[in-house]
Amino acid sequence: MKEGRPRSFYVLAIFFAAYVLFLYGPMIAIYVLSFQGPQGGLTFPMNGVSTFWIAKLFKGTGIVDLGAAFRRSLLLGIIVMIVTVVLSVAAGMAFRRKFKAQSILFYSAIASLIVPSIITSLGISLEFRIIDDLIKAHWNENFETSMGLLTSGLGAHLTWTLPFGLLIMFAIFNRFDPRLEEAARDLGATPWQTFRHVVLPIILPSVIGIGLFGFTLSWDELARSSQAIGAVNTLPLDLQGLTTTVTNPDIYALGTVISAVSFTVIALALGTIAMLNKRQAAKGSDAGQGLV
Amino acid sequence: MSEEVLQQAAPGLVPGSGTARAAKPTRLSPSFISWLQAGPMMLVFLAFFLIPLVFVVIVSFWDYNEYQLLPAFSGRGYTDTFEGCIAQLPDLCTIGKTYVKTLKLCFMVWAITLFIGFWVAYFLAFHVKSKTWQMGLSLLCTIPFWTSNVIRMIAWIPLLGRNGLVNSGLVKTGLVNHPVEWLLFSEFSVVLALVHLFTFFMVVPIFNSMIRIDKSLIEAAYDAGATGFQTLVNVIIPLAKPGIVIGSIFVITIVMGDFITIGVMGGQQIAAAGKIIETRVNALQFPAAAANAVILLVITFLIITMMSRIVDIKKEL
Repeated sequence: MKEGRPRSFYVLAIFFAAYVLFLYGPMIAIYVLSFQGPQGGLTFPMNGVSTFWIAKLFKGTGIVDLGAAFRRSLLLGIIVMIVTVVLSVAAGMAFRRKFKAQSILFYSAIASLIVPSIITSLGISLEFRIIDDLIKAHWNENFETSMGLLTSGLGAHLTWTLPFGLLIMFAIFNRFDPRLEEAARDLGATPWQTFRHVVLPIILPSVIGIGLFGFTLSWDELARSSQAIGAVNTLPLDLQGLTTTVTNPDIYALGTVISAVSFTVIALALGTIAMLNKRQAAKGSDAGQGLV
Repeated sequence: MSEEVLQQAAPGLVPGSGTARAAKPTRLSPSFISWLQAGPMMLVFLAFFLIPLVFVVIVSFWDYNEYQLLPAFSGRGYTDTFEGCIAQLPDLCTIGKTYVKTLKLCFMVWAITLFIGFWVAYFLAFHVKSKTWQMGLSLLCTIPFWTSNVIRMIAWIPLLGRNGLVNSGLVKTGLVNHPVEWLLFSEFSVVLALVHLFTFFMVVPIFNSMIRIDKSLIEAAYDAGATGFQTLVNVIIPLAKPGIVIGSIFVITIVMGDFITIGVMGGQQIAAAGKIIETRVNALQFPAAAANAVILLVITFLIITMMSRIVDIKKEL
């Protein structure tokens, strides 16, 4: 083969660097702009440096009730994360052997991923409207609505996070060595013990990845929430509402705060994954430990 | 079957035999366990995806007035949508124009994301040799995908706005006298934002198929005297096709249904397929919204079918 790096390497390296700059540049601009002084505007140059706009958000005197929306988004994100992890791992295990309806579940997941979000969202809202009408007609005339954060909203978010979870599980079990389970079985482990002490520790780093996907996809979700979440708003919905009336940098401040949460969760998850991988590398082998 | 019976009768006699997963006998059959494991996810898709889709189709044939849904068969959702389409021929009616515009946006975004996505994936897969660097750089491209889309959209305001960086730069260098108006709240900014948001969906699948290409095939092409370009066209692109198709399907379906990016970046001025649905919902005209959703679904499905025809995705996978 050729020695050294071909010219195309340098061309593509520059192209890649430009792409990364394109990805991050604008975002960094708003993070910087959110730290303007009280007189700050929407564009550069910055008008003083302060945490005025971020403090304003947390005082709740701004345009949105940040605290309430923040708590709602956080609650929903955490529940979505837990449900996504549990259901994805369970379904991923099921896909390791043939079962009826296997292809139905697979195609449902893929379709859920690629059917435009607005259609899924509209469908869920229609479904809950019809349920509401039924309850009003047959049981309780004063019934308000069954739509809400943890009913229609949770369902809408799961149609987005579960397909990702399932696809990650496929990737995990593609490179999983089933002989490890056979060994556990031969040693007399029950199926649960095999899962708990052999399978789970090995797949745990990737399972945390699924949790990371679940939380952040829900935390930033907008299109599916738009019609399906009911009367209350999540943070991204509030943020979208602000875009039409924005004149102050508080929208940037809100953006910075939301991103800070996303980045914290990503960093925590990646840190945990790295730690688990290190642990696995250190304790996963007994080579050189002697016979006893 | 007999193995299972034997296992239940005499635990431990047939360790790890056959397809039965349990070492100890259990009363649960493997197929029941599968249902238990996959059932919950299936139920979520049933309750929040499949049944809602059925409702969209049903409601699209219902009647409506200003206040409520009327569960009686009616084609009004569709006739309202195509109002004046025949009378205006050969000119396009509103819905026709909207779809032409949506398809145009879709095509531009697809072409640009494919170009960027392909070369970014190519660089990561073939030029970055160390696994650590490969992982780090892929992560670098992935992280923005995990943050709010609206934030990534409004991030363009300080750059493209009337007094933004680009405009003040242009004015200062004397290239233009007045700030350029078409940079923000225009088709340009919509396409730019969509490319910014969704190139990720091209990079990942293309990278995944490129990383699976056996490097010895490329060396073989090189040894057989192929130029870099010939290797690219005859070896790499055909082998990366499944990734290209999957990425294209993601980008096209997202852009076809998008109403948020087009709304925010188009200054709520640009009509698009997804925006019609949103407008109808806001006016509480649910059957009309549902009818438009069905039309959008059919068109999206046709595009996907066509694409998978072109490259014969079944053969590739």
